[in-house]
Amino acid sequence: MTEMSGADMVVQALVDLGVDTVFGYPGGAVLPIYDALYKHPTIKHILVRHEQAATHAAEGYARSTGKPGVVLVTSGPGATNAVTGITDALLDSIPMVVLTGQVPTTLIGTDAFQECDTVGITRHCTKHNYLVMDPDRLGPIIHEAFHIATHGRPGPVVIDIPKNVQVATGTYTVPGIIEHKSYRPQVEPDADAIDAAIDLIAAAERPVFYTGGGVINAGPDASAALRQFVSLTGAPITSTLMGLGAFPADDPKWLGMLGMHGTFESNMAMNRADLIIAVGARFDDRVTGRLDAFAPEAKKIHIDIDRSSINKIVPVDLAVVGDAGRALDALIAAWQDKGLKARDYGEWWRRIDGWRATRCLDFPEAKEPQADIMPQRAVKALFDATRGRDPIITTEVGQHQMWAAQHFGFSAPNRWLTSGGLGTMGYGFPAAVGAQIAHPNRLVICIAGEASLQMNIQEMGTVSQYRLPVKIFILNNEWMGMVRQWQELTYESRYSNSYSDSLPDFVKLADAYGWTGLRIDTLGELEDGIRTMIETPGPVIVDCRVAKLANCFPMIPSGAAHTDMILQPNDIVGTMDDEAKALV
Amino acid sequence: MKIKTEAGERHVLAVTVDNEAGILAKITGLFSARGYNIESLTVADISADHALSRITIVTSGPPAVIDQIIAQLDRLVPVHKVTDLTDQGAHVEREIALVKVAGTGDKRIEALRMADVFRAKVVDTTLSSFIFEITGTSDKVDRFIALMRECGLVEVGRTGVVAIGRGSEAL
Ligand SMILES: Cc1ncc(C[n+]2csc(CCOP(=O)(O)OP(=O)(O)O)c2C)c(N)n1
Ligand SMILES: [Mg+2]
Repeated sequence: MTEMSGADMVVQALVDLGVDTVFGYPGGAVLPIYDALYKHPTIKHILVRHEQAATHAAEGYARSTGKPGVVLVTSGPGATNAVTGITDALLDSIPMVVLTGQVPTTLIGTDAFQECDTVGITRHCTKHNYLVMDPDRLGPIIHEAFHIATHGRPGPVVIDIPKNVQVATGTYTVPGIIEHKSYRPQVEPDADAIDAAIDLIAAAERPVFYTGGGVINAGPDASAALRQFVSLTGAPITSTLMGLGAFPADDPKWLGMLGMHGTFESNMAMNRADLIIAVGARFDDRVTGRLDAFAPEAKKIHIDIDRSSINKIVPVDLAVVGDAGRALDALIAAWQDKGLKARDYGEWWRRIDGWRATRCLDFPEAKEPQADIMPQRAVKALFDATRGRDPIITTEVGQHQMWAAQHFGFSAPNRWLTSGGLGTMGYGFPAAVGAQIAHPNRLVICIAGEASLQMNIQEMGTVSQYRLPVKIFILNNEWMGMVRQWQELTYESRYSNSYSDSLPDFVKLADAYGWTGLRIDTLGELEDGIRTMIETPGPVIVDCRVAKLANCFPMIPSGAAHTDMILQPNDIVGTMDDEAKALV
Repeated sequence: MKIKTEAGERHVLAVTVDNEAGILAKITGLFSARGYNIESLTVADISADHALSRITIVTSGPPAVIDQIIAQLDRLVPVHKVTDLTDQGAHVEREIALVKVAGTGDKRIEALRMADVFRAKVVDTTLSSFIFEITGTSDKVDRFIALMRECGLVEVGRTGVVAIGRGSEAL
């Protein structure tokens, strides 16, 4: 209990909570906090160039470390600029605490300069939010906010702090261990549910594990438990976009990602399975495809920390509410207690091998050095060149993101940072900044599309300022490729506004910011170009020109069944009915 | 193409929440954001220290949607408990309406007679008007108001439903 200003309390609370990095941007309503942070010995403030980037950088920091990301922005435009990243963190369950300045309490509601209703605006894109009217409440609220952001299903929490609350003094109190009066997420799974799950798994003949971002959020131990349990059962496993890395991509039981741009074998296995074991995944529409055709023959077990995810989209036979890691530990213990052995899934594997034989990720390409680079080839080359360096990969949103997910093999969690739920163009580059801040000596690469990158390209300045060795690898197809692909599928190739016109010269841009810029034009230059990128110290932007009209396959069109995959470009039909067009 | 909607059944939910600023916006916003129905919603604080409020929500939807509504409410940080009174079984539902009727002559007499049948109380009167207070199920209140339309109804205020389970058990 000490008397201090609200601003000092904010900083003290951050120190007490073990925060080492804050991503932010100053302004009138947070000047007291900025002053309290001035030359702070332990908290590093990273000055971004746009508040949206602060939120994505905090996400990148959080996703790559498992610790909450912290953001500090001013009132009004500072807060509204942060909304996209807050929503992104909500949809991808990223722990984040956002401190926003607010006009003094005496001016709230008067349309004061740079006033906006931050708690109102963020009410439905946060896990929880607070407006602090009394400096004595600051300590408990900040501690509670971190508790809520990181416990149960993680998510973003906003704390809106009026300027006079930052200036006024009060007593700073640290709550003990937080036993929240109403928020008590169930972490330990129910023992009976675990037993019932074991019975279902032991009896299954065609089981598939379907795992998601929840396994990553549950920490590296959960990924280790997943590997152990999958190997105990011997069953095949697929994962969502958000779950990549929890299970090693080079394991023979790995089927690849599932869903809209997932592999043929994973989607077919889901369709023909008699048991689906969903772990920390939420049956998103990008995963299920047409619901009445989703895993029609399968019993379903759903392990999730958020009860509202259960039966939300797909009714399941058995719900296990709890932390993914704890549930997997309990499953392993129960499996071993009962002395169960992996079943012989021989017939099931034979069918899976049949689907694998379609080699659905293969793509046509010319091999001569002068040939255009297929974007898939570029991702594969990047993967090969960075093997053994344990890189952290972020992506923007579009075709390049899906190609990265398909062709970059991850073997550990927290190395794959992508915007899944919200699909936010402009996420990848600032997320790479956040990851690089958290891991100064690691190789961090943003695989970008030329259109997405421009949404937060101003962060090149941030990278220069903090001398971050971030690498941006642009798959430059001169198109909003994913939009163009949908226009081909749905609108008879009427390319309405999907061409990336008037692109900057990315190499000159690199130069302008004091980065190294490289351009790769042909297949023959690809490997050397990538090697130069990796070996060049400091930030590098690579403008890798790829085949302009390549499309991303396999693909399940929106609202189609898992069995209706388009495997190759020539499977495409030119039009769609309105029902299909209405789906996103 | 036409957009389809699904029919559902009526449920009464009792939700205890922290009595804090913004909680009502959070709850009603959840309903509008996720496209759930609200037929009525009442809220008042219920604890001696004013720390807790009870919100009674009448909603409707197919069983899976009702289940989602409960799960979504339950995961809001300031929500302590969500109870589906309809699911739980026997409960009492009450609503109060204040019903203003204006007019003279036969209609005025008829209004008073009907109020008597419905056990509505006269809480204000002038030579040409009554205000009735009626308490009962929403159904009863609906029926009373419908009859009053024939007798010079000019204004209605309703509280919305409050409800509580029968028997000695508490939530
Ligand atoms: C902020 C935002 N606006 C619009 C979209 C819709 N969108 C999805 S992918 C895409 C095109 C991305 O183009 P590019 O970054 O060049 O990637 P490519 O698909 O060509 O690999 C667009 C516009 C989005 N996801 N996010
Ligand atoms: Mg592009």
